[in-house]
Amino acid sequence: MSSHILSWIIFAPLIGAAAVLLMPKSKTSWIRWCALLTTLIVFGLTCYALSMFQGSRAGFQMLEKAAWIPQFNVQYLVGTDGISFPMVFLTALISLLACMGSLAHIRVKEGREKEYYFLFLLLETGMMGTFLALDLFLFYIFWEVVLVPMYFLIGIWGGPRREYAAIKFFLYTLAGSLFMLLGILAVYFAASPHTFSMIDLVKMPRDFFFQKIVFLAFFLGFAIKVPIFPFHTWLPDAHVEAPTPISVILAGVLLKMGTYGFLRFSYPLFPEAAVWFQPAMGVLAVIGIVYGGFVALAQTDFKKMVAYSSVSHMGFVLLGLAAMNANGFRGALLQMFNHGTITGGLFLLVGVLYDRAHTRDLNDFGGLGAKMPGYAGILTFFSLASLGLPGLSGFISEFLTLLGSYQYSKVMTATATIGIILAAAYLLYMIQRVLLGQLNPKWTGLTDINWQEVITLAPLMVFILALGIYPNLILDYMIPTLDGLLKILGGAVR
Amino acid sequence: MNTVESLKYFIPELILLVGAFFVFTIDFFVKNKRIVSGLTLLTLTLSLCFVKQPETALPLFYDFFHLDNFAHFFRYFALIAVFITLLLSYSYTPIRNQYEGEFYGLFLFMAFALILVATANNLLMIFLSVEFLSLLSYLLVGFLKNDRKAKEAAIKYLLFGSVCSAIMLYGMSLAYGASGSLELSTIGNTFFFAPFKPLALVAMLFFLVGLGFKISMAPFHMWAPDVYEGAPTPVTAFLSVAPKALGFAILFRIMAVGFLSLGRPPSLILTALSMLTMTLGNITAISQNNMKRFLAYSSIAQAGYILMGLAVLSKLGKESILIYLLAYLFTNLGAFAVAILVEEKTGNEDLAAFSGLSQRSPVTAAMMAVFLLSLAGIPPLAGFIGKYYVFAAALQAKFIMLAVIAAINSVVAAYYYFRIVRLMYLTPASGPVFSAAPKSITVVLCLTLVVVLAMGIFPSFFLDRILS
Repeated sequence: MSSHILSWIIFAPLIGAAAVLLMPKSKTSWIRWCALLTTLIVFGLTCYALSMFQGSRAGFQMLEKAAWIPQFNVQYLVGTDGISFPMVFLTALISLLACMGSLAHIRVKEGREKEYYFLFLLLETGMMGTFLALDLFLFYIFWEVVLVPMYFLIGIWGGPRREYAAIKFFLYTLAGSLFMLLGILAVYFAASPHTFSMIDLVKMPRDFFFQKIVFLAFFLGFAIKVPIFPFHTWLPDAHVEAPTPISVILAGVLLKMGTYGFLRFSYPLFPEAAVWFQPAMGVLAVIGIVYGGFVALAQTDFKKMVAYSSVSHMGFVLLGLAAMNANGFRGALLQMFNHGTITGGLFLLVGVLYDRAHTRDLNDFGGLGAKMPGYAGILTFFSLASLGLPGLSGFISEFLTLLGSYQYSKVMTATATIGIILAAAYLLYMIQRVLLGQLNPKWTGLTDINWQEVITLAPLMVFILALGIYPNLILDYMIPTLDGLLKILGGAVR
Repeated sequence: MNTVESLKYFIPELILLVGAFFVFTIDFFVKNKRIVSGLTLLTLTLSLCFVKQPETALPLFYDFFHLDNFAHFFRYFALIAVFITLLLSYSYTPIRNQYEGEFYGLFLFMAFALILVATANNLLMIFLSVEFLSLLSYLLVGFLKNDRKAKEAAIKYLLFGSVCSAIMLYGMSLAYGASGSLELSTIGNTFFFAPFKPLALVAMLFFLVGLGFKISMAPFHMWAPDVYEGAPTPVTAFLSVAPKALGFAILFRIMAVGFLSLGRPPSLILTALSMLTMTLGNITAISQNNMKRFLAYSSIAQAGYILMGLAVLSKLGKESILIYLLAYLFTNLGAFAVAILVEEKTGNEDLAAFSGLSQRSPVTAAMMAVFLLSLAGIPPLAGFIGKYYVFAAALQAKFIMLAVIAAINSVVAAYYYFRIVRLMYLTPASGPVFSAAPKSITVVLCLTLVVVLAMGIFPSFFLDRILS
C-alpha cells in the first residue's frame, strides 16, 4: 500500500517541468519530447494506479500521510476514491492529448516553447493535486497553483483579447477561492481538535446555521469554477481566447474541479445545508442548462458556441448533484467524465479547422463535408455524442441525470429537457453551416485532418463509444463511493 | 537589572555603535570606499553572530529595555533588513557618487536605532528611539541633496513626522499624568481603574497617530508615496520594510502592555483603520505609473493586512504579525531589488520600463513574478503563509467582516500586481537585452527568492523558529 503512487502522479509533472527548465531554450525538440514523455509517464502511472484501485470499496484508498505544518495540524494527505479517481484518469488523458495537440500548435510563437511546456506541466501538477488532496489546506494550495500557469497560458499564447481574458479568468477564480479559504478556516476553527483532514472532518457534526454560511463560502469558490449561471461570464472569454490545447484542458478538466469540489467537500461537510440549498442548486442548474443552450444557439463563433454548450452541459452535472439520489449522482459524475472527453474533442476539432482557415466564423464556412471528409466524420461523431445520441456516452450520463432529477422535481426535469433539444438544435445547426451546403470558394485549398490530429482524437472517440455501449466500465468504480456519500446525506434528507 | 549586568546582553548593539563611529572616522582617511562598505558589512555580520536568544525576558538597564522573544525576533529582522539594503546600495550609482562612506555609517546607526525601538519598554525610551529612527530616516531620504525630488521628500517627511511625533508626545504626557510613571506596565495597571478609561482611550488614539505615521496607516499615510518616490531607491526599499515593521513591534507592545485594559474599543478602531488602510492603498495603487509610488501604495495596503493581526490582539494575532512581517521583508526587498536593477539598466522609474522584461532578462522577470505573486498572496509562496495567518487570526477572533473585506482587497491587489506581470510577460520587449546584474544584487535576489519559496513550501521550519 505504501507505494507512493499518488505522490508520483502529482509530482512527476513537476519533475518534468524542472527538466524542461534546465534545457537550453534553443533545443525546442528536446523540450517538446520531454513534455510529451512526462505526460505519457503520468498517464502510465495513472493506469498502474488503476490496476491497484479497488473499485468495489467505498472510502479512501492508497492514502499517503505526512505531517506538513504541525503548527496548524496541516498534513500532506492524499488519497483517492471512486469520485476522484475518474477525474485523475481524465486529467491524465486530457493532459496527454493536449500535450500532443500542443506539439503542432505552439510552434507559432517561436522561442517561448520552454515557458509553455514548463507552465503546462506545472498546471498538470496543480490539477492532479487538486483531485487527490484530502487535506483542505493542501487542496487550497493546489487549487491556487492551477490559476497562475493558466493565466500565463491564456495570456501569452491566446487570441487577440488574451490579456483581458486571462486577467478576468484569474480574478474571478481568485475571488471565489479566497472566500473558499475563509470557509476552510472557519471549518478548521469549528472542528475540535482543529484539523484540515477530510477523513476526520467528515465525522464531526456541525451547527446548521454555521453549515449554511460556510456552504455559501465554498459555493462561491466552486460555482465560479464550474461555472454556475450568474458567475459564468469569464468562461466564454477564457475559452475563446485560449489556445486550442489550453481550451481543451479548461473544458476537460478545470471545470470539473468545481463540481468535484461539491461532491468531495461541500456535500460531506455540510449535509444539512446541502439539502437546504437543494432547490436553489436545482434552479441554478436548470437556468444554466437552458440559458447556455439558447446562447450557444445564437453564436456565430464556433469556439464560443462550444464554450456556451459547456455551460449548458455542466448544468446537467449540477442538476444531478442537486437531485441528491443515486441516479442523479451517478449521472453527474459520469457526465463530468463524458463532458471532458466530448467537449475536449470538440475544442480540438475547432482548433483543427482554425489552424487551416484562420477563422472561426460559422457563417463563413459551408460544404466542408465534401472537402474534408475525415474531419466531417469526426466532427459529426463528437457533435452527436454531445447532443446525447443513444449509443454514445453523453446519452447515458444525461439520461441518468434526468432520471435522478425526475425523482426530485418533475418541473425542473421537464425544463432541463429543453436543454437537450437546444443541444440538438445548435449542434446540428453548426454541422449544417460548416459541413453542408455550398462550398465557399475561399476554402478550396483546405486539407483534410491529418494523422497527427486523428491520433489526439481517437482515444477520446474510443472512450465515448465504449462508455456509450457499456457505461458500467466506469460506473462500477464510482457507485460504491457515491452510495457512501448518499448515506451521509441520507441522514440529512429526512 | 543594573547597567553592568545588562551590558553582556547588549553586545550586538554595542558592536553596531562602535562600528558606526569607526566607519565615520575611517571614512575621512580612506579613499577606496569599498573598504568602508566592507567594514560596514563586517560589523553587521559580527553583530549578527553575537545575537543570542534570551532564555527568559530580560529587563535590561533598569527595565528601560525589555529583551524578550518578541524583541529578539526584531533584532534579527532589523539586522537582516539593513544587511540586504546595504547590498542593494552597493552598486547603486547615485549613492556611489556622493558621500558613500557616510551612507554606510548612517545605516549602522539605523540598525542600532531599530533594535532600540524593538526593545524599548518605557515611554521615555520609546520616544527617544522612535525619534532617533525618524531622524535617521529623514537624513537618508534626503541623502542625495542635489536632487530636487529628494529634497522635497525629506522636507515633507520631516514636517509630517514632527507633527505626528508631537501628538504622540502629548499622548505620552496624558499617560504619564494619569499613572505618574513612564513604565508601560505601571501605566497599563493604572488604566484598569474605570475613571481612567476615557483618558486612556484618548492617549491610545494619540499613540496611534504617532506610530500610525511610522507604519503608514491610513489616514496618516500621505507622506509615503512622495517620500518613497523621492528617496534613493535602496532607501525606499528599506523604509518600506524596516521602520514599518518596528513601528508594528512597538505599537503591539504598547497596545498589549499599556492599553490592554481598554478591551474591545481599540480592536474596533484598529479594525476600521485596517480596512481603511488596505482599501485606500489598494485602490490608489491601481492607477500608479511610477514603480516606486506603486510599491509605496502596495506597502500601505500590506500594512492594512498586518493591522488585522494587531486588531485582534490575540496570541495568533501576534504570531500573524511576526510571520507576515518576515514574509513581507523578503518579498518586498526582493521586489525592490528587481526594481533597482531595472532602474539602473534602463534609467527609468516608470512601470513601462518593465515591458517585455521576460525577453530582455528572463531570470529577473521570473524572479519578479515570484515576488509579485508572493505579495499578492498566492500559494505556495511566503506571502500566502502571511496572509493565511492574518485571515486565520481574524476568523479565530470572529472578525468576519474584516476577513471578508481583506479577501475582497486581495483580489484588487492581485489585479494591480498582475499589471506588472502582464507588462513583463505579455507585452513585447522594447529595448535591448540586459547585461549581467551586479554581484551584490544577484546575491540579494537569490537569497530573497530562496526564502520566499522555502517559507511558502516548508513554513513549519520558519514557524518553529519564530514562535518558539
